[in-house]
Amino acid sequence: MVEVKNVSKQYGNKNVVDNVSLQIAKGKITSFIGPNGAGKSTLLSMISRLISKDSGEIFIDGEEVSKCNSNELAKKISILKQSNHINIRLTIRELVSFGRFPYSQGRLTKEDWRYVDEAIHYMELEDIEDKFLDQLSGGQQQRAYIAMVIAQNTDYILLDEPLNNLDMKHSVQIMKVLRRLTDELGKTVIIVIHDINFASCYSDYIVALKDGKVVQEGPTEEIIDSSVLKGIYEMDINIEHINENRIAVYYA
Amino acid sequence: MHKNIKMGILASIAVILIIIFLFTDMGNYWEYVVPNRAIKILAIILTGTAIAFSTVVFQTITNNRILTPSIIGLDSLYMLIQTFLIFAFGSSSLTVMNKSLNFMISVGLMVLFAGLLYRFLFKREGQNIYFLLLVGLVMGTLFQSFSSFMQVIIDPNEFQVVQDRMFASFNNINTDLLLVSFVLILLVSLYFARFIKYLNVLSLGREQAINLGVDYNYVVKRLLIVVAILISISTALVGPITFLGLLVVNVAYQFFKTYQHTHLIFGSILISIIALIGGLLIVERVFTFSTTLSVIINFIGGVYFIYLLLKENNSW
Repeated sequence: MVEVKNVSKQYGNKNVVDNVSLQIAKGKITSFIGPNGAGKSTLLSMISRLISKDSGEIFIDGEEVSKCNSNELAKKISILKQSNHINIRLTIRELVSFGRFPYSQGRLTKEDWRYVDEAIHYMELEDIEDKFLDQLSGGQQQRAYIAMVIAQNTDYILLDEPLNNLDMKHSVQIMKVLRRLTDELGKTVIIVIHDINFASCYSDYIVALKDGKVVQEGPTEEIIDSSVLKGIYEMDINIEHINENRIAVYYA
Repeated sequence: MHKNIKMGILASIAVILIIIFLFTDMGNYWEYVVPNRAIKILAIILTGTAIAFSTVVFQTITNNRILTPSIIGLDSLYMLIQTFLIFAFGSSSLTVMNKSLNFMISVGLMVLFAGLLYRFLFKREGQNIYFLLLVGLVMGTLFQSFSSFMQVIIDPNEFQVVQDRMFASFNNINTDLLLVSFVLILLVSLYFARFIKYLNVLSLGREQAINLGVDYNYVVKRLLIVVAILISISTALVGPITFLGLLVVNVAYQFFKTYQHTHLIFGSILISIIALIGGLLIVERVFTFSTTLSVIINFIGGVYFIYLLLKENNSW
């Protein structure tokens, strides 16, 4: 379980994350939604120790993040940010093998390579595993990075806008993979996502942030609701029920 | 071609050049000539190693292939120290003449400067590495301006002595200093050994490195100190020559086409030894000392640098 207690972060005088407390259940997909500048990515970065928090505590399986050994933590929690620019030239397989670093410190054993192959198989990248990242489309690159995170084999997987710049087909593909990761492998997935319909169709739990505070949180069906969403986004959003999914219609 | 074969080719070229340098064109006094040349070779191996090694590490930390450690201002500081010593005490004074003392002062001040720079920057949390480079660049310019100021008001004869120091030179290298430098570089390398596994991961960038469990600030701080010590030693030993690093590391990247740092580090060390000995052969045997090694290195390096900037496909 991830437990966030009274966490705050300031940039200058602005409270980007303001005294946030929440609990994230194990084995579920939890989505962070909210308007731009709500502090979603900052919160995700603090949970994954990419940036430090000004105050408060974050516990992962009962251990405070900033007090943990970084290498041990890397076996428990992984993070993928939205922009991943790498300066060196790597093939997909090489990139995915980096996911084993916390276990092997760079000297991969047979078992490590087995995890790498499984991750590549899981993301259906076998055909192109020896291609260089800069020869791939955005969707393929994103899948390669997710394969790396799968090879890292952590209980908690944090993704910052994993659908950024992807077309519909690849977006659905990635969300289905995340669903499988939770259902089949029991992973806990936390994502920051802008498209509330993807959040609605694939997540179990939704946390809505606004101006650095948690304004709403609850199971998906409670949050994807006209009046609740109006409070978050300050616009009228109709909810239609299509094939058992709740779809927000806000385009016109 | 397999990477070990490539490494073997580089090593053989280096050895052949060393043999040519040592044993050809000896004249009648080989008892004098060979030990004298051997000292030069040792100095070249030492500085070539220090510079190649520190440039690889520095470029990985900064995730930038067109930077050299000279950007944090150590070269300029060295020139400032030399200019100041001559300005204050005159060229005939002990500090300039006594090489050991000069060496100690130079290395001490450069390491001290780097230490202060890092301390100042890492004290404030959330500082990124580019801020450090920017401050280093500004400090370097400041040092340069101070040096030029002193250089224009000193006696022209004294200026000649300063000018000598501006270019790296492998002539008249003090054997005691060579030994001290060797021991220092060896110690620093041993200390560095436990960080080598992090370099590949660091080249993925800060966020990926943290994700993969690298204690980023701890490791980067120590690597930067290693870089500063190596650069200080090699600069104090032969003079400013960090531009060489840019040249050899990029050649190593193109030659090995890999991200594996063990190959990159050893490859660029060998390439820098080849470049330095080759350059020295040209200077001594072709131009018969009518030019300096720095001029040759800077000329070839400069051309290569422009090529790097113009080349559209900069994937390696």
